Amino acid sequence: MVEEPVMTERDKILTRIREALQVPAAQPGAHDARPATAAAPSSAIGEARRWLPKVGASFDEQLALFAKNAADLKANFQLFASVEELNAALVQLRVAENWQRVASHQAELSSRACTVLDLPVCWTDRGYDVLEMEKCDAGITECDALIAQTGSVLVTTRSAGGRALSILPPHHVVIARRTQLVADLTAAFALIQQKYAPDYPSMISFITGPSRTGDIERILVLGAHGPKKLTIFCL
Amino acid sequence: MSTNATQFQAAAEKVTGDLRQRQFIRTALGNYEIARDLRKASFQSWESARQTAATTKWQAINHLDTHLEALVAKLEARGTKVHWASNGVQAREIILAIVRDKKARSIIKSKAMTSEEIHLNDALEKAGFDVVESDLGEFIVQLRGEAPYHIVFPSMHLTRGQIRELFQKELGSTSSDSPEELTMVARQVMRHKYITADIGFTGGNFAIAETGMISITENEGNARLTAALPKTMVTLLGIEKVLPKLSDLALFLPMLATAGAGQALTCYNTMYGGPRQPGEVDGPEEWHVILLDNHRTELLADAEQRDALHCIRCGACLNVCPIFRNVGGHTYGTTYSGPVGSVITPHLRGLQDWKHLSSASSLCGACTEACPVKIDLHHHLLQNRRNAATEKPAFFERLGYRLLAFIANDRVLWLVAKKIGRLTQPLQHFVKGTALDPARAWTKTRDLPPLAPVSFKEWWRNRS
Repeated sequence: MVEEPVMTERDKILTRIREALQVPAAQPGAHDARPATAAAPSSAIGEARRWLPKVGASFDEQLALFAKNAADLKANFQLFASVEELNAALVQLRVAENWQRVASHQAELSSRACTVLDLPVCWTDRGYDVLEMEKCDAGITECDALIAQTGSVLVTTRSAGGRALSILPPHHVVIARRTQLVADLTAAFALIQQKYAPDYPSMISFITGPSRTGDIERILVLGAHGPKKLTIFCL
Repeated sequence: MSTNATQFQAAAEKVTGDLRQRQFIRTALGNYEIARDLRKASFQSWESARQTAATTKWQAINHLDTHLEALVAKLEARGTKVHWASNGVQAREIILAIVRDKKARSIIKSKAMTSEEIHLNDALEKAGFDVVESDLGEFIVQLRGEAPYHIVFPSMHLTRGQIRELFQKELGSTSSDSPEELTMVARQVMRHKYITADIGFTGGNFAIAETGMISITENEGNARLTAALPKTMVTLLGIEKVLPKLSDLALFLPMLATAGAGQALTCYNTMYGGPRQPGEVDGPEEWHVILLDNHRTELLADAEQRDALHCIRCGACLNVCPIFRNVGGHTYGTTYSGPVGSVITPHLRGLQDWKHLSSASSLCGACTEACPVKIDLHHHLLQNRRNAATEKPAFFERLGYRLLAFIANDRVLWLVAKKIGRLTQPLQHFVKGTALDPARAWTKTRDLPPLAPVSFKEWWRNRS
């Protein structure tokens, strides 16, 4: 007697899918009176760029767009001509918000910012105590890219000191270089793949403004669970 | 008439009579439309973007098996534990087993419609675990013991005054009714929960086959915290969420934000590729991903309506639907409400029990036009009506139409019927809307137009 092989749930679901797909479905747009406009799906993404909000080609246009988007999102974006200016702005921020301690990770820009601030630092690099980080006034990180199209900051576990540093403290300060500005999301994803594939960081996050909610009468409130403030200092 | 249908009617009647709530919903959704249209206008071509998104989803769904296998292989290669669940019972058992294995006491959840679908909170609470919804809107409806009102805006039916009273009663807060203060109350409560929770539970918006990642979209940062602090992370995902490539997100993230809430991009869009990796400083030690079928393969088998699986749960069809706007989200009595809910619920939970939802539509097509992935929603509602009638013909309705056809085809019978109608119609006035009225379903809230005193034929013959 031949014993029937035991089907796992995985096999059962995949079998059901394959049986279901025996009957082909009409292409999208088939019910439209107008004929479909999209070309072959293989080129879909190069194509997507043509439909998405437009981004200027020059660096200045992209920088202006990023600044406008950041302002709309109520993020604090500042561009500095020199390290001295950046340092002065950091100190100003520390004084204005009366910071007592900050959290950060060891990387060129973030370490230097912490030296300038001259405050106790909760470093994440060799593991950290969550309760200690929760008491910090700000989280200071680097990033992978700034995205002009959306005003977003791209961070990963590797570029920004782990998963919690950019979300737990009430103020997230990003220190970036202007060379990190990219045009759009398509460019940002290309950058991620180029930089990390196939060994991706376990978390990749696009941060677009400070944390927000509209769950009470659809009225915008900043700082729902994540940072109430997002500052982007660009060198 | 099934109880689901009668419940729908009773609830719809109640909400449509509540002018305050209707006004409230209309204002909120009116503002949504203004914001969304501004965002749509910033696209170089919203229509072409929709077509590309629909084509990409079509590709993904029509090769679902290969995409799922690629996704799972990539996830497992980086230490993620993948589980498959054919139905809600299995998914609940898998999750309960993980929770018990980890000897967890408290679970923090970020918003997941799949968990509503399998009634996860109920199951966890009955098993004695402490579950907290961290999304503000979900937290509010959880405190009220209600289901979410809307798939994207769960607490949109409540005023700030109601929320203040709720927080006062349940949390002992002394906050005013300013939205800022109320939000900060929830923030304080939740901070402690994130740090002490043993398990973080999330849903997912997209799953990327190419790189083995799950993408989560949110505004509040609650999902980011849920995926950062607890030692174990559990994600429940419908099998239809796959996209072929990472770069597909460059299109889908802005479209979801635009269609869902009139934003250019939602505040946090995060792709997770595994639990904490070697060399990383934090994140969960274990990540369990549960792939949920729960009748999705049955919908997949219906080639005509397969595109309903393209849905990215943005809620755009709910927001523009004249029925949703007037009967509200709770009336549906389903996990997924509005047009897309009316289309898929009969597939997920039985056609005969939920066919009444297909009639809760004016077939105006606003939903189809709003859908960012071009699901042919209003035609699917018609197809559900057809399928329900074919499967189980309505005997009396059919008899009624046969009788009408018979009378209308005979000149003498038609004349007699007209005469009787003209004579008896004035009597209907006395019983209008009561149980004695044969046309009650119509006349309860409307007038029956009077038959013309003279037919066209008579008028033509007698004209001078």
